[in-house]
Amino acid sequence: MRITELFDRGEFVVSAEVGPPKGIHIEHLLDEAKEYLSNITAVNVTDNQSSVMRLGSLAVCKELKDRGMNPIFQITCRDRNRMALQSDILSAAMFGIDNILCLTGDHTKLGDHPTSKPVFDLDSVSLLHTVKCLEEGHDLAGNELVGEPPKFAKGAVVSPCNDSVDAQLAKMERKVMAGADYFQTQAVYEPEKFIAFMEKAKQFGKPVQLGIVIPKNAGMCRFLNANVAGIHIPDDMIKELAADKERAKAGITGVEIAARIIRACKPYCQGVHIMAMGWESKVPGLLEQAGI
Amino acid sequence: MLITKLKDRETLEALAAGKVFVVNCHGCKEVSFPEKEAAELQKEWLEADKITGVLTTDYICNPDNMKLRLERRRAQIDEANVVLVFSCGVGVQTVAEYLEGKKVCAGCDTYPLPGYQGVTPLDVDCDQCGECYLNLTGGICPITACSKSLVNGQCGGAKNGHCEVDSNMECGWERIYRRLAQIGRLDALKCPVQIRNFATDLNVSKE
Repeated sequence: MRITELFDRGEFVVSAEVGPPKGIHIEHLLDEAKEYLSNITAVNVTDNQSSVMRLGSLAVCKELKDRGMNPIFQITCRDRNRMALQSDILSAAMFGIDNILCLTGDHTKLGDHPTSKPVFDLDSVSLLHTVKCLEEGHDLAGNELVGEPPKFAKGAVVSPCNDSVDAQLAKMERKVMAGADYFQTQAVYEPEKFIAFMEKAKQFGKPVQLGIVIPKNAGMCRFLNANVAGIHIPDDMIKELAADKERAKAGITGVEIAARIIRACKPYCQGVHIMAMGWESKVPGLLEQAGI
Repeated sequence: MLITKLKDRETLEALAAGKVFVVNCHGCKEVSFPEKEAAELQKEWLEADKITGVLTTDYICNPDNMKLRLERRRAQIDEANVVLVFSCGVGVQTVAEYLEGKKVCAGCDTYPLPGYQGVTPLDVDCDQCGECYLNLTGGICPITACSKSLVNGQCGGAKNGHCEVDSNMECGWERIYRRLAQIGRLDALKCPVQIRNFATDLNVSKE
């Protein structure tokens, strides 16, 4: 089911994310999804996340779909050229997967196969455009498709707390122009920055889901601050986590912090996207505390 | 501008098993060649009686020139198990094509330096994409200034204005954004979706 239908109805859309393993056994992933994410509207499946080679997003999306969940097919431009990308998009549509998230992708040098060839034949903008072409019944080269064309809810990503907000807004506008129907954001830890961003972003008229990553401990926060683009965790938040290590380890502090962020930002966005990073079990509790 | 470096010692020893005929290229403006290191290595091999002959000349990529010179050394070449060529990739291929049937190996690796080939090492580079984007980016090349060669704006990876791949490198698209703002051309960011053509060489007929 395309999540755009829910946005159109004015629903606050909650999605979560799973990352496939480096292998072919997904029983654990499916069990956790079933146990903690069944009430979530849609579940993203990441595509060789962080440039680490893993089981395919498409395969896991199909497995989730077969078990009655609503997958969002995440697809990056790092590993495949325009032919393979279009082919995979058609494959997804054939499996009944109708939510897609189009990303450029981290560079190969950041992952576990740094010597591989970075493709980037397309980027997030031209990939959105490509999906739009297929929906219109032709491929990127203008050749007609055979039969009914596919239809997707086309998602893209934006980074509201990035250093250069203006460049991000310009890129967001380009993504909307290319066909983006909705946005999920990079993890937010500064509600004021998010709210200021949304003031400017609402002119584009597309629904935005607040990105949330539950902070696990002070060390993780410092790592994210130093290494991950678009994420900035303020010092007082890091101190809060460091204050009581047991509570932090149990996830209590992290969930409290995340719930606070959601409550502050909720009035300014159209949904929330939770990247659990191994803490899928905390998701139901987080949603409850956040009042969703 | 190209830079050649000797391959590591272990690799060279493995390539030079048995008797070796050496070809050194000492000349063209485009390639920087490690003459001293090559000479040192070859002196050792000479003393060890490994070398059947050494041919040092310039422009070994000139096939007509090489044909004459290699033929004059035919006996020495035949005596060797391998012909080891110390030059850029072009030189190796020229020798290998002429001496077909003979084992010809490259003694060097060739790396590009920034700077349009045949001119000067510079901070800017041209990738010869055949569909110049400079008019859309205020004069900063997105193909060479961006690690991913993106043509539709920055990715989400820039941290503190620097590239996720090389933290010493400024994000090319942030530079482009600043330049466009500076010259009052932010409207360029509203241009149609750009899609690269990787077959631009089809536009150029071989004459």
